[in-house]
Amino acid sequence: MIDFERVSKRFGSWTAVDTVSFTVAEGEFRVLIGPSGSGKSTVLRMINRLIPADEGAIRIDGEDIASLRPEELRRRMGYVIQSVGLFPHWTVERNIATVPALLGWPKARIRDRVTELLELLNLDPRRYRTAYPHQLSGGQQQRVGVARALAAEPRILLMDEPFSALDPITRASLQSELSAIHRRTGTTVVFVTHDMDEALRLGDSIAVMDHGRLIQCATPLEILTRPASPLVRDLVGREEWGLKRLAVETAGDRARPQERVGGEPLPSETPLHRALSEMVSRGAERLPVVDGDGQPAGVLHLSDLVRPAPDRAA
Amino acid sequence: MTVAGMAPREFLTDRLMLGLVALVALVLGMPSLKPLFATLYPGLDRPLYEAESFVRLTLDHMALVSLSSLAAILLGGGAGIAVTRPWGREFRGLLETVATMGQTFPPVAVLALAVPVMGFGPEPALIALTLYALLPVVENTVAGLDGVSPAVLDSARGLGMGPAEVLFKVELPLAAPVILAGVRTAVIINVGTAAIASTVGAKTLGLPIIVGLNGSNQAYVIQGALIVAALAVVIDAGFDRMAGWLTRWSRR
Amino acid sequence: MTFRLPLYNRVALLMAMAAAIAAVVLPFLGFAPNRLLSGRPVPLWAAVQGPGGLAILPGLVLLATPFLRPTRIGLGLTVAAGGLFAAGLVWLAGHHATELAQGASAAARTSFASGFWVMAAAGLLTAVDAARWMGLGAVGRLAVGGAVAGLVALQLATGHLDALSILKEYANRRDVFADAVLRHAMLVAAALVPTLLVGIPLGVAAHRFQAVGRAVFPVLNVVQTVPSIALFGLLMAPLAALGALLPGSGISGVGPLPAVIALTLYSLLPIVRNTAVGLDGVPAPVREAARGMGLTPRQIFLRVDLPLALPVFLSGLRITVVQAVGLAAVAALIGAGGLGAIMFQGLFANALDLVLLGAVPVILLAVAGDALLSIGIAAATSHIGLSPGRNAP
Ligand SMILES: Nc1ncnc2c1ncn2[C@@H]1O[C@H](COP(=O)(O)OP(=O)(O)OP(=O)(O)O)[C@@H](O)[C@H]1O
Ligand SMILES: [Mg+2]
Repeated sequence: MIDFERVSKRFGSWTAVDTVSFTVAEGEFRVLIGPSGSGKSTVLRMINRLIPADEGAIRIDGEDIASLRPEELRRRMGYVIQSVGLFPHWTVERNIATVPALLGWPKARIRDRVTELLELLNLDPRRYRTAYPHQLSGGQQQRVGVARALAAEPRILLMDEPFSALDPITRASLQSELSAIHRRTGTTVVFVTHDMDEALRLGDSIAVMDHGRLIQCATPLEILTRPASPLVRDLVGREEWGLKRLAVETAGDRARPQERVGGEPLPSETPLHRALSEMVSRGAERLPVVDGDGQPAGVLHLSDLVRPAPDRAA
Repeated sequence: MTVAGMAPREFLTDRLMLGLVALVALVLGMPSLKPLFATLYPGLDRPLYEAESFVRLTLDHMALVSLSSLAAILLGGGAGIAVTRPWGREFRGLLETVATMGQTFPPVAVLALAVPVMGFGPEPALIALTLYALLPVVENTVAGLDGVSPAVLDSARGLGMGPAEVLFKVELPLAAPVILAGVRTAVIINVGTAAIASTVGAKTLGLPIIVGLNGSNQAYVIQGALIVAALAVVIDAGFDRMAGWLTRWSRR
Repeated sequence: MTFRLPLYNRVALLMAMAAAIAAVVLPFLGFAPNRLLSGRPVPLWAAVQGPGGLAILPGLVLLATPFLRPTRIGLGLTVAAGGLFAAGLVWLAGHHATELAQGASAAARTSFASGFWVMAAAGLLTAVDAARWMGLGAVGRLAVGGAVAGLVALQLATGHLDALSILKEYANRRDVFADAVLRHAMLVAAALVPTLLVGIPLGVAAHRFQAVGRAVFPVLNVVQTVPSIALFGLLMAPLAALGALLPGSGISGVGPLPAVIALTLYSLLPIVRNTAVGLDGVPAPVREAARGMGLTPRQIFLRVDLPLALPVFLSGLRITVVQAVGLAAVAALIGAGGLGAIMFQGLFANALDLVLLGAVPVILLAVAGDALLSIGIAAATSHIGLSPGRNAP
């Protein structure tokens, strides 16, 4: 659990972060979003004390981070940045092993962990273990960056626009891998982005910042449906609002569970905008939905996309 | 790379190996060239410099260069590191000014100026060489450390490396090629300046040249010049090899 | 309540402390009965007695500069204090040397001692550092240096410093000295002409055709590696042989000819390299745009390539000039003359003032060449809006 209590940070006379308070629950995926210069990175970097806070208290699991040695604190968290920052003179293996080596893990354990992480991030260990960063593509480098952050099994993962420099396809696949890792490990994630689609897609909750202040902190659905200020509405954007709205719910959420219909079924975790696209391309107004085990979970109606059936309103 | 592991062709085209062989042959074999110099310069009573052995002069020359370079690396590297830390940042401008202005002072003039301060002998030469070698080392240490990408530094700190770990595991290895280039400049200049240091009383490979020039003995001049030149070329090739080794990771 | 002085400038503090310690511990001047005996130390406090001591009043201001707020006024005061302190020390040295000369034999010598050098350097460095803080560019900082140099030159011109040993040495060799300076400059100039004539076309060729670069740079690099004294020595034998073959041609193994040849060989590398690197650095889209607008190749070269490559070329020229001034001093060993001749004469005869008379002007020449070309580089850079590249790769 991360707890900010009236935290401020000034650079000279510029207030980068202005009395911000919030809590990130254990295992939560929290996205920080806001215009450039709004203080997102500063908030993130205060969590691992790369930037010391001027005022207020930051607590992790109730412990004030000011009382910890910064190096110790940082070794307990993963940290990923946009420009990756892999050590160019170290192999992929040694890069990933950075924190375990600092923590003095035995060699064999480090080796196994590196193999495990490379596989987790879809990098062939035989091929990439001994490669140097400059031999990798941008997407592969960022995969290694994520693996390096996860190496010592941190309880908290801090990510500063980790995917913004990647092409859309690579970005999408890294996003879903990150989602899967988050679900599997239950790591608390604080994720900074510029991109509302990414925020809606990944976040359990979204915190919107502007001029160093926290404007709104809510679930993706609330951000879409009840924006706290014009700025939040602008960030969401009027264009394709409906599709974004659909994207935060899944086929399983809106299927009528009692009904059955024939045809190629949709997995229940399919986001609704995908389901809509599927209906349009198949020319069907109703599609069957199956759960994770492939068991029928109901039927999704086109009309329910526009207005949920009364008994299933979100 | 070991000599044994080298194909003969590789060995023959390797600048470092060839130079090294030539240098050793010149230093050890110069006395046996006496008849050659006697034929080339029939007018000379003594066609071979024999006041000191070339082995002795070469060793002294190398000692002077290595001592001064070592001192310069420690002092200059230390200063370069200090001014790139948060606590030393204020002195960076001063150090850079001194390094750039100092390099416009010709080394031979610095050497000459050491004499009024320190007297004649190897000591003023050592001091002058050290001072002069400091400048490129400082300049390149600062430039090299500066060139380390901020993202790499940020993630090093963010992953929990302490200041010493960041410096020794990340900054210095990444800055090493640039620092080495500064050391190379310094050492090559010092090989030449150490030769001239014979004029201030240090016994180096410049001695046969100076004695030869003053006594119109061209044979002496050639003997000294050949060995100094070979020494410089060998050292330069050695640095080339070392630079390649330091950046081997970037060429995979 | 205790009062703490606010410390704003740790650099100035370090310099002020160095100057203060040097003032107390180190000798300011050395006074010898004649040029061969070593002198007795004259501490600063002995020299400042009397009204002449007022000349180093800026030194007291210098002690206060670490505590000045770094505003324009505070920094300006720091620059002025540092510069005037250095100039004042020179004045005081001249003044006290004159006092010491009264009642001593004509052979007596007063020379600068370590304390003078440390204090003057501290003053100048404080000034230069404060000038940097003020945001003065290369030209502004040179102006500060030039102002101090002007104050010293004024003292030289008025004869105020004539009692100092280096000027006595100068008075003894006035004609030789003027010749030596001229000769030195001529050596450098004589090497620059063939260097530029050969080097610029070679650099352009190396830029256009990779093969040229691959052939030329290794050779020039090796030349640059060979120590000057060795190259002079190695050129001697073939030139002497050539001279013997062609009697009356004036070719000889010693004298200015081998010096100019060696200087040229050394000077080629920075010129060729920086010409090529400068041209390589012209962005391809700029050239493309020029072609697209219908400029002829000649116009592209003159209006696009040349101005954009000029700053890098000029920094190569600067390296060349500074290097050649130093190498020309070494060339005195093979009888090329110049200031090096005076310097080595002093070294061989154990006449330290003579060493100074040779070495100090060599440094001044190098610094002056460097300063002039810095101004040129600043001018060339300012109107194309690039950041000045001091070191070409
Ligand atoms: N070290 C620093 N010194 C001075 N100002 C800083 C520093 N770091 C950040 N700032 C300022 O603080 C403000 C917030 O910066 P921050 O990096 O947190 O913004 P951000 O929301 O991450 O922006 P972006 O989306 O562009 O990354 C900016 O105005 C920035 O200029
Ligand atoms: Mg940011």
